Amino acid sequence: MDRQINLPITADIAESLTSGDYVYLSGEMYVARDAAHKRMMEVLEKGETLPIDIENATIYYMGPSPARQGRPIGSAGPTTASRMDKYAPTLLDLGEKAMIGKGKRTKEVLDAIVRNKAVYFAAVGGAGALLSKCITASEVVCYDDLGAEAIRKITVKDFPVIVVADCHGNNLYETAILQYCKNS
Amino acid sequence: MREIPVTVITEKIAEMCIQANHYLSEDMDRALKDAVESEEAPLGKKILNQLQENLTIADQEMIPICQDTGMAVVFMEIGQEVHFTDGNLEDAINAGVAKGYTEGYLRKSVVGDPIERVNTKDNTPAVIHYSIVAGDKVKITFAPKGFGSENMSRVFMLKPADGIEGVKNAILTAVKDAGPNACPPMVVGVGIGGTFEKSAMMAKQALTRNLDEKPQIEWVRNLEQEMLQKINELGIGPGGLGGTTTALAVNINTYATHIAGLPVAINICCHVNRHVVCEV
Repeated sequence: MDRQINLPITADIAESLTSGDYVYLSGEMYVARDAAHKRMMEVLEKGETLPIDIENATIYYMGPSPARQGRPIGSAGPTTASRMDKYAPTLLDLGEKAMIGKGKRTKEVLDAIVRNKAVYFAAVGGAGALLSKCITASEVVCYDDLGAEAIRKITVKDFPVIVVADCHGNNLYETAILQYCKNS
Repeated sequence: MREIPVTVITEKIAEMCIQANHYLSEDMDRALKDAVESEEAPLGKKILNQLQENLTIADQEMIPICQDTGMAVVFMEIGQEVHFTDGNLEDAINAGVAKGYTEGYLRKSVVGDPIERVNTKDNTPAVIHYSIVAGDKVKITFAPKGFGSENMSRVFMLKPADGIEGVKNAILTAVKDAGPNACPPMVVGVGIGGTFEKSAMMAKQALTRNLDEKPQIEWVRNLEQEMLQKINELGIGPGGLGGTTTALAVNINTYATHIAGLPVAINICCHVNRHVVCEV
């Protein structure tokens, strides 16, 4: 089913999503990848406050190429989500509601999605030029020294994603290939 | 003896960084267009159409095809009659990478140390492979490599008794494990034979081979065809979301090996299989 959704994603919205839904997101989301996640974990271990508002947050796993003059951002496609698997359950338990990336997740992450009524979306990997056109604004929130890995807040308009793992325990990566698999 | 100032190499490399990251080669472009026609899954077709649109935007608006503009891999085939002047060749190549990635608005994705992980801020150093060949020319192949697919690559040290069936299993295992992580449809580079590192090098080089060029050896040609079909029967599909296009090509290189061994390396590349060649 095709849907238009305004961010933030709440538990109610997450519950209404089913693996396989094609969704166009509009609104504000955070951008963070490996190094930023590692730092956020260090912040939490020290008992300090996260540099982002994690409640109902959507985090896009992405590190953009530099923006040319007059543009909000450079190429901006998803990175492999499994590298954030070590950190994601903690953030989901703290209120994060949606993750956007590409590729498989661990059982721990899938369980945390169900437990917290959250969702994991895939964006099309390697379509960074196309996806950048759906980003209307971008600002660095913190960790500027990390360059492409800094935490950003971006505004998106009709940003196309597909629900891979929903809070009902479905996983599109496992189900979608069955129909076309002739050689298991 | 032909003299080539290394500044010429710097300029060439800088241009190649920008070219490779904004335009695919004709053979890759055609393979992706053909896939749109042949893909059976509706969602798979939709994703392949988005990749077409992505290539158009990259070309017309000078936005890199993928934000992971890669670690710079450079193959230098240097004619033995060439004498480089005006500086050190390796420094010149790295200067070209730094220039290309900075002036071309490409992402700097390299950390200077694998454990300390501080970004070098100019995408250097490059990974450079030199070979000495006959003649007085220099052939440069520039192939920036993204790590979504690089991370899914494998080396298997098989036993001679494993034979061709073992090779087939190794390739299928690597592709199955890669699944959606490697941004399918992928190109699969395979190196069979040699030593541990030779097999990996051949797999990497296989990714830069034009998709229209076929291997001379008959069993290799047949294996490429068979593996492409088997991989596409896995059902992984575009984006890993199901379909009949999991790989666009399987390119295999082979070499002599030891009586005790059968090394097989599989270097996986996403659909943004970038490589540019130039001759100086």
